[in-house]
Amino acid sequence: MSVPAVTVEHLTVTRGGREVLGGVSLDARVGEVTGLLGPSGSGKSTLIRVIAGVQSGVSGTVRVFGASPGSAEVRAELGYMTQEVSIYEDLTVLENVGYFAELRGATIGGLLDRVGLSDQRRALVRNLSGGQRARVSLAAALVGGPRLLLLDEPTVGLDPMLRRELWGLFKQLAGEGAALIVSSHVLDEARHCDRLVLLRDGDVLVNLTPAELIKRTGTDDMDEAFVRMIERS
Amino acid sequence: MSWARTAATAKRVLRQLRHDPRTIALMIAVPCALETLLRLIYSHQRASFDQAGAPLLAIFPLITVFLVTSIALLRERVSGTLERLLTTPLRRSELLVGYALGFGLLAGAQAVVASAVTLGPLGLHVRGSESLVMLLAVSVALLGMGLGLFASAFARSEFQVVQFLPLTVFPQLLLCGLLVPRQRMPGVLHAISDVLPMSYAVDGMHDLTRSAAVTAALLGDIGIVLAFAAAALLLGATTLQRQNG
Repeated sequence: MSVPAVTVEHLTVTRGGREVLGGVSLDARVGEVTGLLGPSGSGKSTLIRVIAGVQSGVSGTVRVFGASPGSAEVRAELGYMTQEVSIYEDLTVLENVGYFAELRGATIGGLLDRVGLSDQRRALVRNLSGGQRARVSLAAALVGGPRLLLLDEPTVGLDPMLRRELWGLFKQLAGEGAALIVSSHVLDEARHCDRLVLLRDGDVLVNLTPAELIKRTGTDDMDEAFVRMIERS
Repeated sequence: MSWARTAATAKRVLRQLRHDPRTIALMIAVPCALETLLRLIYSHQRASFDQAGAPLLAIFPLITVFLVTSIALLRERVSGTLERLLTTPLRRSELLVGYALGFGLLAGAQAVVASAVTLGPLGLHVRGSESLVMLLAVSVALLGMGLGLFASAFARSEFQVVQFLPLTVFPQLLLCGLLVPRQRMPGVLHAISDVLPMSYAVDGMHDLTRSAAVTAALLGDIGIVLAFAAAALLLGATTLQRQNG
């Protein structure tokens, strides 16, 4: 069994007096893609922000490679893609990714090829399409080859071909030894993951593999499988 | 602290400005144009131009750097890039110093060009050291950066952050001795002006206008402005919290 990169135990997050995550426990392992799936408002982004070390109002235990989230050791190993495309619109693609590379003491290498942005390297981000901006944001998270990747809705708004390519890239990165935690509200994307954590209303509904989900619900339609899991819970 | 990450941040800030040449042109040209206007207004009163022109060299960087810094930091907060940066190896001190270097360079360029035009072609007469005039102007720019950084934490939009300018800067302009000498102000207003940094910047500029001597009072004024700038930067640093709601 592979090594845990992230361990979460009895995690509760309170925001504005409201509990947005309630007693969540899970782990994410090196060499695997862990999918956080669930509808909007289920707590996926909050959970990712906790692991990234930027969420307040947290109680419970969270360890990343054995250290506290947000510590210097963790930040050196982390690539974080926020749900909003958080990059500099008034810089070019190369300048954006180059800046994040410099912060990590890394080089860009063939990364722009990998995310299909080589031809746009000199373009200002504000002149790019939504999908291209999302890929710049992804490249900024991937630069330097972090051991843990937190990707919050990385495929939202992308065309099906590009989504498929990116999931291929995520599997490849996991194969190279990274741990990936990828959130999505598109339940059909669950089939690309090694492990699934289905969230609803701030609680973990199930934590299993896609094969176990299909076996347990008797359907390979991921939307239907999710509905059946809710009905049983 | 990593010099490489600090320098990368300063370069990034300057690259962002490079892609916005209109802002750079306005920052450099507007102070020169306003000093020229002042010179024309006082075309028959050279002494009055000397009295008002020198303090303005300190006031321009405060206003422009406050606006540029507060809006740039607000954008970082609202767009999520600040949150993202705080998950990288970049430390808050490196981010702040990187910003200070980037905007400080621009403010320095503004101060140098405005001072060169005002002291040269416009004929502003300053008895003291011209390099001390520029040092004072750059110190005030750093103060503007710290205040802008701090103000950005309390604004949710660019409309809001601009409203902090009349709140934090304009009272200082009214009380700094530019319009009425501080000694002639009512006691309460004089006491308030004593705790506002612009008062010391304008006092310093007045000293440089009147005397060639590098007096203890002048060095004290410069030191106080730099101390306020450092305090404002530290106060601004406390608003860069890694963990937010």
